[in-house]
Amino acid sequence: MPVEIDVDHVARLARLALTDEERERFRRQLGLILEHAEKVREVAAEDVLPTSHPVPRSNVFRPDEVEPSLSHDEAMAGAPEVEDGRFRVPPIIEEEG
Amino acid sequence: MPEPCDLPAHELGRMLRAGELTAAELAESALGRADAVEEHLFAFLTRTPGLAREQAALVDERLSAGEELPAGAGIPLAVKDVLTTKGIRTTAGSKILEPYVPPYDSTAWARLSAAGAVLMGKTNCDEFAMGSSNENSAYGPVHNPWDLGTVPGGSSGGSAAAVAAGEAVWGLGTDTGGSVRQPAALCGVVGLKPTYGRVSRYGLIAFASSLDHVGTFTRDVRDAATLLGAIAGHDPKDATSLPDPPADYTEDLDAGVRGLRVGVVADWLAMEGIQPAVRDAVGAAVERLAGLGAFVEEAALPHAEYALSAYYLIAPAECSSNLARYDGVRYGYRAPDGVDVMDMNMRTRGAGFGDEVKRRIMLGTYSLSAGYYDAYYGQAQKVRTLVIRDYEEAFARFDVLVSPTSPTTAFRLGEKTADPLAMYLCDVFTIPSDLSGTPAISIPCGLGEDGLPIGFQIMGRLTDERTVLRAAYALEQDLGFSSRPALIGALSG
Repeated sequence: MPVEIDVDHVARLARLALTDEERERFRRQLGLILEHAEKVREVAAEDVLPTSHPVPRSNVFRPDEVEPSLSHDEAMAGAPEVEDGRFRVPPIIEEEG
Repeated sequence: MPEPCDLPAHELGRMLRAGELTAAELAESALGRADAVEEHLFAFLTRTPGLAREQAALVDERLSAGEELPAGAGIPLAVKDVLTTKGIRTTAGSKILEPYVPPYDSTAWARLSAAGAVLMGKTNCDEFAMGSSNENSAYGPVHNPWDLGTVPGGSSGGSAAAVAAGEAVWGLGTDTGGSVRQPAALCGVVGLKPTYGRVSRYGLIAFASSLDHVGTFTRDVRDAATLLGAIAGHDPKDATSLPDPPADYTEDLDAGVRGLRVGVVADWLAMEGIQPAVRDAVGAAVERLAGLGAFVEEAALPHAEYALSAYYLIAPAECSSNLARYDGVRYGYRAPDGVDVMDMNMRTRGAGFGDEVKRRIMLGTYSLSAGYYDAYYGQAQKVRTLVIRDYEEAFARFDVLVSPTSPTTAFRLGEKTADPLAMYLCDVFTIPSDLSGTPAISIPCGLGEDGLPIGFQIMGRLTDERTVLRAAYALEQDLGFSSRPALIGALSG
């Protein structure tokens, strides 16, 4: 059975504006892909530990030394909109009428 | 008479040092080839002829001054457009990064650049390396030089096609589910995916961080060993990079396979959907390994059939998290007319990402969302453990495992674009080694009835690239595969 997903909810979580056509197509395709993916539940037993990383490493440190990094201008050079050396974005909080 | 751009790097390196060829002549040979074939192939998103000529001139200067230069010096290189190149546009095949000019170098490119590599340009790829045919590039697909109506494979199809067609002598790609080995197989070149962490991921535009590997495209196995040596080694900028010191991977390359224990993944050869010509060519190559003195038996990877399902939960989950950074604020594309930040983010991502990327972000977001995490992502991580155990058990009996790289030769453009699941099945033999992080190589082992190349995959133990390369080299020498793409044959007569 294809899995039913709430496409609008997922699209909002993922910050994706979708067209009606995309919404319908993704609902159908994701349902089929998830149906196939459910195969993982057949074998994943209680006593099997999950693997998040193929070559486990822990506590990887490097010396805490100050090194040259990007200048302010270099870091801002690719920004779509800049004002006074800062990233300019549309309003975040609605202004009180 | 092959042109310089059609020769392997080790031969070209010898010629450069013997004074039989200049780096400038070699660069012109590859640039001329690209001028002739790019309108058919579209392997490059950005070409860098000016830089290539500068770098070649510098190499010639240093060689004539008697300097000893590293193996990569003067060799025309193609770099997949997911590896950042300072000052050179890097798009990851996506509209959302169309204006992006990175302010820093990826480590793999930085090392080759310092070694005197001659950059031919940034190669076309599936958007954010998500795809198996290159048809997910936002800029249009690459065409396979063996048959322009077929796909080159993906996601590193541009690098594979460029090396196959002589637009570069070797190239860099990335392999998350098979994106180096599968296009190498479909384009008739050698594709190596080393151990996870062998090559730094610094500057590799992230898709799925626990699965992303930088890999190589070369004309032959010796070049694969050389190019790996040039980019491998610990990098403090990547916390997952292996702490091992640099090594010479060409050492003992010709030691042969006598006594080597080779496991043939029998279930994969029996799989439905595998082309008979692929099965036959792979079977014949296994016979040759036995003829060379290898001990050949059937091997089993019982959980591999679940690997694809696990991969299509883990990779999208990591992708949905990694690609959250494209918000239209700091770099890249921003959609106009957002009424507030949230609206601007949603419009930017809706317009900036292509179909497959959106599909995977949605899939990953769903499988990580409240109430579904354990059922999907958590279970997939357990399957990953089982896949790794399978390899450990198999490698207790065998030194290498072998299989086809891809179930089929190159398929027609447009053949699988309507059915994501059919496309995902292209990577069924390559995904398991990405989940386990173990090294694997694809080398050409013959042609199908359609005249298109077939790839033979050799998989090895974690960190044991040497045995993989040694087996691949022995088989390559014995097979003597020397066919060239029709397009190039037509050009050079």
